[in-house]
Amino acid sequence: MENITLEVQNLRKTIGKKEIIKGLSFELREGEVFGFLGPNGAGKTTTIRMLVGLIKPSAGAIKICGFNIQTHFYHAIKNLGCIVENPELYPYLSGWDNLLHFVRMLDGISEERIKEVTELVGLTERIHDKVKTYSLGMRQRLGIAQALLGNPKVLILDEPTNGLDPAGIREMRQFIRYLAEKEGLSVLVSSHLLAEVQLLCDRVAIISKGSIIRTDTVKHLLSNRERVLWRFFPYEQGKMILSSLTNIEENEDETILTEFKEEKIPEWNKALVEAGIQIIEMNRKLPALEDLFLELTGGDTIE
Amino acid sequence: MNKLVQNEMMKLMAKKRLLVIAAIIGVLVILFTYAQYKQVQTQQEKLGTSDWRTILQQQIIDTTNRLTSSRISEEWKKQLQTTLQQEQYYLDHNINPSEPGAPTFIRIFLENSIDLFLPLMVMVIASDLVSSEHSLGSIKLLLTRPVKRWRVLLSKYITLCLAISLIVAIAGILSYGISGIVFGYRGWGTPILTGFSVTDTGLNTSSVRSLPLWQFILMDFGLVWLVAIVVGTLSFMLSVLIRSTAAGMGIMLASLISGAILSNMVSSWKSAKYLFMVNLRLTDYLKGAAPPIEGMTLSFSITVLLVWWAIALMVAFLSFTQKDIY
Repeated sequence: MENITLEVQNLRKTIGKKEIIKGLSFELREGEVFGFLGPNGAGKTTTIRMLVGLIKPSAGAIKICGFNIQTHFYHAIKNLGCIVENPELYPYLSGWDNLLHFVRMLDGISEERIKEVTELVGLTERIHDKVKTYSLGMRQRLGIAQALLGNPKVLILDEPTNGLDPAGIREMRQFIRYLAEKEGLSVLVSSHLLAEVQLLCDRVAIISKGSIIRTDTVKHLLSNRERVLWRFFPYEQGKMILSSLTNIEENEDETILTEFKEEKIPEWNKALVEAGIQIIEMNRKLPALEDLFLELTGGDTIE
Repeated sequence: MNKLVQNEMMKLMAKKRLLVIAAIIGVLVILFTYAQYKQVQTQQEKLGTSDWRTILQQQIIDTTNRLTSSRISEEWKKQLQTTLQQEQYYLDHNINPSEPGAPTFIRIFLENSIDLFLPLMVMVIASDLVSSEHSLGSIKLLLTRPVKRWRVLLSKYITLCLAISLIVAIAGILSYGISGIVFGYRGWGTPILTGFSVTDTGLNTSSVRSLPLWQFILMDFGLVWLVAIVVGTLSFMLSVLIRSTAAGMGIMLASLISGAILSNMVSSWKSAKYLFMVNLRLTDYLKGAAPPIEGMTLSFSITVLLVWWAIALMVAFLSFTQKDIY
């Protein structure tokens, strides 16, 4: 099951005298969604551009399905579909012509495949309209369609939910999960939003200033960092009860943060209720990306 | 490769550039046709005759008068003398140098548009062929396909060459079709003289031959096409090197116009003859006009242009295949 589809070893990029990417190594397995998490300017886009062959690495190797992208460009890229930043398709051509354009650049893919991917992304009705009349969500879907044309094993999406409305984000998320689980693709998704990565990805690499500070499953990474936010009445009394049970963190707006432990939360809740405290709100909280960074890098701030 | 060229053609057609160019050429040809028609009319009115011999005689007298003026520069004097001798030669051999008709119009149109107008039209297409992919961002999609970069660029270059051929053909067809309405469509077989060579002592007529006009025009077309390809390739290179279409166009425009200006004033700056832009008026060699710098010949100019062409092509391919795309 655990077939490695994309392998990155000690990837480096130096521009001028400045080293922008400082030795990244990670791998993608079949059927997983891999998150690439970091603040803007951490080197996500540069790395992705190296993965898809737009930028030459200064050192290191990128292997897609076993083919080194530097030495076997054709075979490596054949197994790859990607959107780098926004999918900038030709606005003066129709959606269909755009896809036709990219089908002509692939060997052994017929026009039938255009119909298939159009249906898959749900664009069949508008496919013959000019792309300049498309909404951002439709362009994003057309972008995915072009990435899927060549039946790739690895899909690389740079900020796929950027600029989409909440419904669009949800739809995109489901679609990416579908591709990974049902079609067995490996999907690499870059993002600067922790919440998005948590909902979408199986594993995540956290990147800061050109280095990976941690690669782990999302579960592991977040499990002991999640918090629960409590709001109850009367405040002082509840606070005393909770602090006798666990460590608490007081907020200025009379709310309290505790750690999130699945087996403990019902007990604490029960204790509060039995003491006659009225619980108004219990909310599971993700740590902010900034906090996570602070913790992982030991005080190193995001630039 | 076929499919890639098909792609580029599809994009070119969707942008409707060729239509705009055809429209511009059409309008210009109409203007020129009218201007020439007017010119012929005034001349006939002035001289009261439509006999070309009388008109040519009058032209020779005019030229001689201008030559006696002391205010004209040495270079200009030389060119006038060449023209004068040529006119005399035509008269002596009883050949009308500007036999009315669409073919003559085509010849004059080509001679006048070879160094600026047609290169400009070519530039419109060539200068954004690559840079537009950059400004649109679609270059990222284009280069992440299982197609080597040099093949992508080659498909664009082939498309450019096809488009240039089409532009030259459009220029020919439009100028024939439109001017023919006024001047008539006949005159392909009229003799025209070529083979004049300009030497220190004046015009050398020893190797002058008479050609039917259609052959002469065919040669003109070949030279115009060559110039268009060279200018197109240079703009193409700029389009690869510079991401902004406007900047590429600006540079190309500046060098084309400076070429037109330089041709009139560089006769004493000898090394200027290696610049591509003073070598664009290839059709002048067929006609036998004095070259802008002494010692320039048809084969010299073609060689210079080909060297520029080869270097531009090499730079374009090297840069395109090596460059990081951000």
